[in-house]
Amino acid sequence: MDPIAKYISQKISKTRWRPISPALLQQPEVFATGSWDNENNSVSIWSVGEHGVSNTDGEFDEEPQLLCASQHDGDVMDLQFLDQDRLVSASSSGAVMIFKLQPDCQALSLAHVWERAHRYSCDNTPCTAVVCRSPELVSVGEDGRVTLYKADQTEVVRVIENADSSTIHAVTFLRTTEVLTVNSIGQLKMWDFRQQSDSPAQILSLTGDRVPLHCVDKHPNQQHIVATGGQDGMLCIWDVRQGNTPFSLIEAHSAEMWEVHFHPSNPSHLFTCSEDGSLLHWETTSGSDMSTLLQIPVAAQPDTVCQQPRCA
Amino acid sequence: MEEVDVEPSTTLIPSAGFHRKHLGFEWGPGDLLVYETNYKLQGSPFVHIVRRDEDICSPILRKLFNESHLIFVGLQKIKEDIPSKNKKSQFVSISKNYRSVIRACMEELQQNAGKRSHDTHHVSILLAIELIWNLCEVLFIDTAPAGSLLLHLLDWVRLHKSDVDARAREVLQSDSPAQHQSYWDVPTGTQTLTEFEVKWRHWHEECDRCLQENTFASNRHLETICKILVGDEDTLLEQKELLSTWYHFLVTRLLFTHPTIKPPDLHYYAQSSMNMFLGPRASPEPLDIILLSAFEFDLHQVIKDCSIALNNWWFVAHLTDLLDHCKLLQSHNLHFGSNLREFLVLEYASGLFTHHSLWQLAVDYFDHCPEFGRVYLELQIERVPLDTERKAIKVLRICEDRQMSEQVRSICKIMAKRALRNNRLGSALSWSIRAKDAAFATLISERFLQDYSNKGSFTDLDLLDNLGPAMLLSDRLTFLGKYREFHRLYGEKRFSEAARLLLSLMTAKIAPRSLWMTLLTDALPLLEQKEVIFSVDQTYELMSCLEELNSGTKDSNLTDQDEDIESTKTELLRLALARNLTMAIVKEGTIET
Repeated sequence: MDPIAKYISQKISKTRWRPISPALLQQPEVFATGSWDNENNSVSIWSVGEHGVSNTDGEFDEEPQLLCASQHDGDVMDLQFLDQDRLVSASSSGAVMIFKLQPDCQALSLAHVWERAHRYSCDNTPCTAVVCRSPELVSVGEDGRVTLYKADQTEVVRVIENADSSTIHAVTFLRTTEVLTVNSIGQLKMWDFRQQSDSPAQILSLTGDRVPLHCVDKHPNQQHIVATGGQDGMLCIWDVRQGNTPFSLIEAHSAEMWEVHFHPSNPSHLFTCSEDGSLLHWETTSGSDMSTLLQIPVAAQPDTVCQQPRCA
Repeated sequence: MEEVDVEPSTTLIPSAGFHRKHLGFEWGPGDLLVYETNYKLQGSPFVHIVRRDEDICSPILRKLFNESHLIFVGLQKIKEDIPSKNKKSQFVSISKNYRSVIRACMEELQQNAGKRSHDTHHVSILLAIELIWNLCEVLFIDTAPAGSLLLHLLDWVRLHKSDVDARAREVLQSDSPAQHQSYWDVPTGTQTLTEFEVKWRHWHEECDRCLQENTFASNRHLETICKILVGDEDTLLEQKELLSTWYHFLVTRLLFTHPTIKPPDLHYYAQSSMNMFLGPRASPEPLDIILLSAFEFDLHQVIKDCSIALNNWWFVAHLTDLLDHCKLLQSHNLHFGSNLREFLVLEYASGLFTHHSLWQLAVDYFDHCPEFGRVYLELQIERVPLDTERKAIKVLRICEDRQMSEQVRSICKIMAKRALRNNRLGSALSWSIRAKDAAFATLISERFLQDYSNKGSFTDLDLLDNLGPAMLLSDRLTFLGKYREFHRLYGEKRFSEAARLLLSLMTAKIAPRSLWMTLLTDALPLLEQKEVIFSVDQTYELMSCLEELNSGTKDSNLTDQDEDIESTKTELLRLALARNLTMAIVKEGTIET
């Protein structure tokens, strides 16, 4: 299927499908986008195909239509749906914001802001990533802080100050109380919120050059398998129980890899996108090694990739 | 200095000039800074930013810039070795692509009309642009063989005056279908030019004869039609309202008097049509002059007039680039540098670069300016504001792809300094690694060591313990890594390894002289262990290090108190070393029984 391209008057940094309640045997048709590098940035909600109508192959023929949008202060550095109605964004101003989406998708409004969640003593600093496992949220930033929030509480639940001396680029939940972060000196750090101390439970890194890591994603079914991508475009699959070497290393891209995602319902498929302008689709053969590769070239540099879970 | 072509337009700066009498200004890359002054030391607190090009801020026009960028890049990739016939069809299709992008933009602006007053203004400009572009495509790019020029011109006029033409056509075609039928058959190539010319002459003479014989005298309507068919200028001029523009008049006139017009003869009719249509009192508008220059095949005049009339370089840059690819521009060098095409593309791209978001497009334009593009890019890319690391990474990737190593170093240094200022030593180090900046890595190491001597312990152990090969970037960094390792070994009670490492730091000259005293002081607890850790040889080496340290010139800045402390330290060390030496000698001399 050929990708459909539509020009909108802003650069998009992140795009995410809206989750569908599992009861409905439907594919998601609504997605959110966040813009960057504008004087006035915004978070927008779009729909593909008419509501509830797509052709029999599940493919969409129409251009996405804008449903609603909201102003966003600062670049959208990351975007995650907390649940069907709430969207969390990480901003370059250092704030973490929750947006509420009306059930009929007619309006998007700011519900809550944690201003200066990430900051230096006299400057703001970008919040680089945010991850949700309702009702908890974790955000990380260029200031090296890891912050834990609960969606309905105004006060921050916990802050790990100085978690990292370099920028933390991405974060993912491993278990309910454990997160994994990746930073710009090529380390993966595991944090256990049950522990009182502010030091990581485990640190992993590739022996060799300290290449910054930009993205991380956990295998949907196996909590100890994660995939990372970094500045050199290498895709690494790690088993966090087993020490310092990833069990799979692939030279995926020729430039920074911005996002990596396991397919939520079909985890033998992996997607990566990169500054070199390509979006790649990977598939594992039976076993744990990655083998074949299908390439889908895109015109401009994609910053973001997100797949919709297909219903069985 | 050259003469001014047109009177410059005035821009009013609100609230300027109320308190002060004079305005000063300074050119910026895209904007103008204006300040008020009375030439006294106390200036006005206000600085006004005057934006040169407001079009760039329109969200809908932004799509025009984005889509045309794609077309531009595609055009540059057309290979030189394709036969010219294929190239021409490609150029024509590219020209049509550009025009369809303009039209799409125009339609969207019209849909939004009323929401912003700028939009209606933009719509009329885009209309004019598309008109000019279309004419240029017809005359210059899609150069039709003689005979079908008029057909293309008819299409051109029709496209832009569709509703008027519908009515005119109704009037014209209502009574002479047969004649019109054969008429339109002409330029499809079924007949040669001369054949057609002969047939047309016959037809024209017949029409004329009808008129002379007053065949249609009874019906004024039919008579008018016949006069039009003959090409009677006065009758045509009477239909001014239907025709609405002089170029429509021109094409209509040619249709009925010289359907086989050849390009070189076009300009005479164009000039006279314009004069006839506008009349003696009306003066031509800029658009009219531009179209006239096009009819006269004076490309340079067209480009020049468009540059003056429009406040954005988009149109002239893209059109000139396309015409240049068609090899239609004489390559004469302008006296301010590159050729015309490159000059215009550079101007356009420089304007894009000042936009907070469209700067990424400008990079591709600079890439395709062979003479000055790289220099322009080098100068501009360093001035992109870097608010987030992610943006900095994208800018760096642009520089690295083009081997602009100086810019890479400079940008990494900016980011590293910023990180250092905010105490993000790991980030600072990661930027230094990317730029392979040994000097900065040394700076960071110094900072670590300073923190260590201030606090007594290392900060950011996660970084220091995991330096990896990055350690080799600078000597100071290597020392730092190894020094931390020494501390770690000591903490793990691996004393002999720690001792060996510590000694090697001094003997291999990895440690800077200034820190030797600290290192020797670190050796003290090892020397005072019950067990002998340093061997005889090692002790001798330590002693020689100590003496070497003391033999250097005394630091005259030291106060008396400091000097006391220093000499006490030295005494203690000498004592400890001596004791260790005796124990080591005994130990090594003892035969194990």
